[in-house]
Amino acid sequence: MLVRPYGDTRDDGVIQFSFTLPIAYSIKAADVGKQFLERLGFHTVGIAECKAIDPEYTFYVAYGRTDSGIDPDAVKGDYLEVEEMDYYSINALIKEKLGRKLSVVGAAIESDAHTVGIDAIMNMKGFAGNYGLERYPEMDALNLGSQIPCAQLLKTALERDADAILVSQIVTQKNIHVQHLTQLIELLEAEGVRERFVIVVGGPRINNAFAKELGYDAGFGPRTTPLEVAAFLAQEVVRRHEEA
Amino acid sequence: MNDALRLNGALVDRARAAADAIADDIQQHIDEHTTDTTERATLRLLGIAGVNEIDVPLVNVVVEQGRELLSGGIMRPFVDLMLRAGKSAQQAAEGVAAGELALAEVPGERRAAAEARAEELAREGVARIDAVRRRRNELVAQTGEAVKPYVYVIVATGNIYEDAVQAKAAARAGADVIAVIRTTAQSLLDYVPYGETTEGFGGTYATQENFRLMRAALDDVGAELGRYVRLCNYASGLCMPEIATMGALERLDMMLNDSMYGIIFRNINMERTFVDQYLSRLINARAGIIINTGEDNYLTTADAFEKGFTVVSSDFINEAFALRANLEPWQIGLGHAFEIDPAKPDQVVYQIADAQLVRELFPGYPLKYMPPTKYMPGDIFHGHIIDGMFNFTGIFTGQEIMLLGMPTEALHTPLLQDRYLSIKNAKYVFEACRDLASEVTFKPGGMIERRANEQLQKAAEQLEEVREIGLFEALSRGMFADVKRDPKGGRGGEGVFHIAADYFNPFFAALREGRLSGAPVGPPPGASVSGEEGGH
Repeated sequence: MLVRPYGDTRDDGVIQFSFTLPIAYSIKAADVGKQFLERLGFHTVGIAECKAIDPEYTFYVAYGRTDSGIDPDAVKGDYLEVEEMDYYSINALIKEKLGRKLSVVGAAIESDAHTVGIDAIMNMKGFAGNYGLERYPEMDALNLGSQIPCAQLLKTALERDADAILVSQIVTQKNIHVQHLTQLIELLEAEGVRERFVIVVGGPRINNAFAKELGYDAGFGPRTTPLEVAAFLAQEVVRRHEEA
Repeated sequence: MNDALRLNGALVDRARAAADAIADDIQQHIDEHTTDTTERATLRLLGIAGVNEIDVPLVNVVVEQGRELLSGGIMRPFVDLMLRAGKSAQQAAEGVAAGELALAEVPGERRAAAEARAEELAREGVARIDAVRRRRNELVAQTGEAVKPYVYVIVATGNIYEDAVQAKAAARAGADVIAVIRTTAQSLLDYVPYGETTEGFGGTYATQENFRLMRAALDDVGAELGRYVRLCNYASGLCMPEIATMGALERLDMMLNDSMYGIIFRNINMERTFVDQYLSRLINARAGIIINTGEDNYLTTADAFEKGFTVVSSDFINEAFALRANLEPWQIGLGHAFEIDPAKPDQVVYQIADAQLVRELFPGYPLKYMPPTKYMPGDIFHGHIIDGMFNFTGIFTGQEIMLLGMPTEALHTPLLQDRYLSIKNAKYVFEACRDLASEVTFKPGGMIERRANEQLQKAAEQLEEVREIGLFEALSRGMFADVKRDPKGGRGGEGVFHIAADYFNPFFAALREGRLSGAPVGPPPGASVSGEEGGH
C-alpha cells in the first residue's frame, strides 16, 4: 500500500523545506523559490520565509505537497539482521558457545584523527547509557585510537589473534573514507588473512549495504549503540566458530 | 556576578599554588631542551620563507642540515653563514637548499660577531611582529570593535577561496571570529605546507599564503560592516611555534594553542609539546594574539558530569604555562564546554554551575566556551534548541568567546544556512538575556553553589596529586580526558634535543623585551560605516 507524508491529514503529502539559493534577495525572490519547488513536482507551495542571509544568497523555509507515495513492502535491501540481546546475554553467549574471550581490536584508520566514534563503541564508558566493549567481561577489547595505519592495525590484530576488527571513519570529505576502507581490505587480502577476522566498519556515512560492497562483514551508521555492535560480534563470531 | 558562587578562597589558592608548582617543574624541562620546530620557527622569525624544488620548506632544509648543531641552537651557525657568505637570511637559506652553502660549527673567533649580528636580527624580527600588532590596533580603532561575547564560527571547505566566501557571509550574518579548520592530519605533518591551497580533507591547510588571503577577505568585510573581524587558526601539532610565527606575521588574532592538547589528542611526544608550546606562546604574547585552550575536548572522551573538574584543573595548568610565556590575562582564552548529556535532568543547572565556576576562577580572561557536540542528535530541530541552551548558559555566565554550535553538528560541514541559523539563534539569546545575570543571585547552599564548590574541591585535589607525581606521570596515568600517554612515546620525540651550555637563541630575550601591552580598543560596531542607513 502506498504511503505519503503526513502533515495534519492522512495523505496530504506535506513536506517542509529549508534551502539557500545563490541569488540576491529581490521582490521576486519568493517566486523564484516557489517555482523551483514546483519544478521538483510539489504543488500548493507556500514560502514561509525568504530572506537575504548575505548580499548574494537568499534563504528559504517553505512547504509543499506531493502526490507521490511509496510502498514500504517494496523496499528491499541488504540489512544487517542481528538478534536483539542485552549486555548479560551477550556475555553469556560468548562464555557458553566460544568458551574463551572474544578478542576485538578497533581503530580510526589512516589520516582520520577522530576517536569519537570508536570511543563511543569501545571505551568502558560507552555511549547513550550503553557500556562500551571494554566493559564486557567476555571481551578482550583494545581501542588503538586515531590515525592508525592499516598495516599497524593488522599487525596488532594478528599479534592478539583477534576475532574481530572494528574500523571507524568519521571524516568523509571528498570520499577519503572510501579510499581508507578499501586500502584496509586490499591489505588483508594481499596478506591472505581476510577470512580470519570479522571486519566491521562504522561512521556517519556508513550503512550495511555500502560496507558489504567494500568487502566488510557489516557496517553501522550514525546512532549505533555499543550494544548493537556487541550483539553482532558475539553472534557472528560464535556462528563462525560453530561452523568451523 | 563576581563571587556569586561564594567559592572557598582557600581552595582557589591551593589549586593555583599546585598549578604553579606543576608548571615550574615542567618549565625546567623546557629550559633545558629545544626542538627542530623551535629552531625552524627561529629561522621563520628571521623572515625565511619558501620551499625547495621538492616542496620541502627551506627552514626544514636548513635545520636538517644543521641537525648535529641543534643543541647549540641554529642561530649562531646560521648567522655566521650569512656573514661568511655576505647574504641575507633568505639568500643564505636558498644557498643551503641549493647545496652551495653549508652550516658549520662556529669557531671561537667568529662567535662574538655572529652573536652580535644575530641579536640585531632578532630585534628586527620582533619589530616586524610589533608592526603587525600596531596595525591591528589601528584597524580596530578605525573599523570598530565587536560587542562581547564574540560570535565564533568555523569554515572548513578545504578551498581557501571558498572559505573566504563562507567567512564573509558568516561575518555579515554577525560572526566576530572566523576559524579556518585545518585539513585532517595537518597536526602530524612535521613541516608547514607552502602556498595557497584549494584541496583539503575536513578543512583547509594552514599555510602562510592562506592566512594572508583570509586576512584580506576579513579586512574587506570588516570595513564594509564597521566591525573588525578576527581570524583564528591552530598553533598546534608538530609545528606549534612555526604556525605561531606565521600567524604573528599575517595578523591572525586568535590561535588554538594548548599546552597539552597535542599530547592527549594527537599522541605527540610530551617532552616535545611542552617545549614547543613555550616558544609558540611567547610569539603569540608578543603578537597580541588571544590563545584558546582545548579543555573542551576532555569532555568528548571523558564524561562531562563526572569529569568536569578535570577541565578546571587543566585550565589552571594552562593558565600557569601561559603566564610563564608572557601572555597577559586578556590574551588567555581558557577553554571549557557544554557537554553534559541533555537527557540528564537539570543538565543546564549543572552546566551553569560549571561555566560560572570557570568564569569566577579566571576574572579578566576571555573564556572560550565550546558548544555541545557529543550528544548532538541528527534531529536538527532538537539540536538547535540544545544550542540555544548553550547560548543561554554562555551569556548568563559571562563567557566571552562563544564557539557556536551548528544544528547539523556531526552530520556534515556547516551549510551556509546552518551558520546563519546558528548566529541568529545566538544573537537572539544574547540580546534577550543580556542583563539577566546582573538581576539574579544564586541560592546560598543551592545546587549550583554546591556543584561549583565540589568541582573546585576535586580540581584542587587533582592538582595537588599531579604536583606530587609530576605532570608527565599524570598524563601517563590518563588523568586528563581518560587518555593515557607514554612520556617517551608519541610522535616527534626524535626532534627533541637537550641543549648545550652555550645554547644561543636571542629571540627568547627579544620577544620579552619592551613588549607592547593591552588589548586593541575601538568604537562600537558600525560606528565608522558612513552614509548607509541600517546596513542591509
